[in-house]
Amino acid sequence: MQIADTSLGTPTVSAVVFFLLIVALTLAVTYWAARRTRSTREFYAAGRSVRPLENGLALAGDYMSAASFLGIAGLVALRGYDGMIYATGWLVGWPALMFLIAEPLRNLGKYTFADVVAFRLRQVPVRIASAIGGILTLLFYVLAQMVGAGNLVALMFGVRYEWAVLAVGIVMLAYVLFGGMIATTWVQIIKAILLLFGVTLLALLVLVRFGFSLGALYGAVASRYGQAALEPGGLVSDPVDAISLGLALMLGLLGLPHILMRFYTVPDARAARTSVLYATGFIGYFYLIIPIVGFGASVLVGRDIIRKVDAGGNMAAPLVAELLGGTPFLGFIAAVAFATILAVVAGLTLAGASALSHDIFTHAIRKGAASEQDQIRVARVATLVFGIVAVILGILFKGQNVAFMVGLAFAIAASGNFPALLLSIVWPRFNTAGAVWSILTGALLSVILIVLSPTIWVDLLHHASAVFPLRNPAIVSMPAGFIAGALASLVTSEPGAEAKFHDEKLRTYLGIGAE
Amino acid sequence: MARMRTDHREVLESTDFRHLVRRRWQISLALTAVLFVVYYGYIILIATNRALLSRRIGAATTVGIPIGAAVIVLAWILTAAYVVWANRRYDVEVARLRGRVQGDSSDHADR
Repeated sequence: MQIADTSLGTPTVSAVVFFLLIVALTLAVTYWAARRTRSTREFYAAGRSVRPLENGLALAGDYMSAASFLGIAGLVALRGYDGMIYATGWLVGWPALMFLIAEPLRNLGKYTFADVVAFRLRQVPVRIASAIGGILTLLFYVLAQMVGAGNLVALMFGVRYEWAVLAVGIVMLAYVLFGGMIATTWVQIIKAILLLFGVTLLALLVLVRFGFSLGALYGAVASRYGQAALEPGGLVSDPVDAISLGLALMLGLLGLPHILMRFYTVPDARAARTSVLYATGFIGYFYLIIPIVGFGASVLVGRDIIRKVDAGGNMAAPLVAELLGGTPFLGFIAAVAFATILAVVAGLTLAGASALSHDIFTHAIRKGAASEQDQIRVARVATLVFGIVAVILGILFKGQNVAFMVGLAFAIAASGNFPALLLSIVWPRFNTAGAVWSILTGALLSVILIVLSPTIWVDLLHHASAVFPLRNPAIVSMPAGFIAGALASLVTSEPGAEAKFHDEKLRTYLGIGAE
Repeated sequence: MARMRTDHREVLESTDFRHLVRRRWQISLALTAVLFVVYYGYIILIATNRALLSRRIGAATTVGIPIGAAVIVLAWILTAAYVVWANRRYDVEVARLRGRVQGDSSDHADR
């Protein structure tokens, strides 16, 4: 039927123009940032001069990926209310991040979350373990983004998958290599503003069709797809699995290296706190209005057409944009989605590079005694390595179903990185053995359990039934991370670590001596 | 540490400082508990009492829609509550205690 009406999949003039404008703007920002990026403090932490509102936008930019923009709109369009349940889960980690770790993290760390875990412990083993947990998280996250990027760009612009992945890789490497954290932050800010603006406009255009009445929109949804579209469906049928997913989404945020890294870009704990409030506001607003776009697409475009263009529903938002605003608006939304991917991949790459260069090279190999020039050089080489690995993985995994990989990244973050980070902040007895065991147990157990879960064991490997019944392992692997960390700490003794915990409380709580 | 200054040690062991740290965790753990009750309560409600969330409050609008939105809004309000407390109370006390550590911050990066 109307499917021929869409210009999705062909590179329209407006899409290309918007796309080039955004890339030109972000590269100009990178050029400006490159001249201010000479020290490691500037490369990793933007000179700690980012203002709270800017950091709030950048945090929101890092978190609002194309998956949450296109994915949740699609989920709401095709499955109704269930998509809204999913949206709430993505927000609730932010208050937890604020209450549990934001301020101590800012006061104790320098460039990476490993700084906090290793602060009073033996550097080499803790740095290596933290880097493993961090890099595993980032690799699975970036792989999901890359495969998503290849598919989306191919769908929207009609470009070949491999070219799309390569283009993302090259442009984002330019941001990170030359402009470091300053450029990455401003790219995130630009992208966050464009995304919030685009989604707001889209929601308003939908609401205009329904006389600005949400009731009328829901009424239209119900009359076309039945009342069930506005009721909880099959997404949360098993409470244990749902809570496990909720734990991973909520507490995984507290272990995502690229998010945690942003806390070092602001001057002090108070600025960190304020930036979380801004970020929570932006992200909450985003998830509140995304369902309007999704419901609007299901009524105005129709589920059949959305499904025909992309079975997963990812094109619901672009399709309704074209219907309501014509080809130019479609071009704008497509360009914004692409900018979103670029920015998120850049943030992940910078975090991966910092784990490789700051944690592994500077602290584990050079024992903290590397010159400033060496550190910067290695940071750039590490950026290149991480970026190239991301592109290669993206191309290798073409056509694979990698939707579970973001879930895996969150599970490792919640089970491997978060327990060690929290225990190192709150528990004096926590020591080197505890940190290493906590991170390795949590991270490896999440990977093993996901392989044995229905997602991989049944859906991908086609075994009859799963060895581990839950789709998300966090409810098992996160407690395991805590228990392993506690047991290993209790059976070993490291008096220096405990003494230093008490001595450093002035830094943790008052910020005295903080970087 | 051996080279810990006496005024540092004094503040560290003062009742004011201990009270501040305890208060900080009381507030943040209480807020975390509320957050858990709100979010996991919502998830458990969906899993166990679908009929309640499916009840209509308008022509088609179900109870579940405002409740889902309320979870997001409440999460933000809890965050804002913490920031208001921290800016008004915590920071004032931090500034006072920092004042007691003479010479204070920026001149020494302990490591």
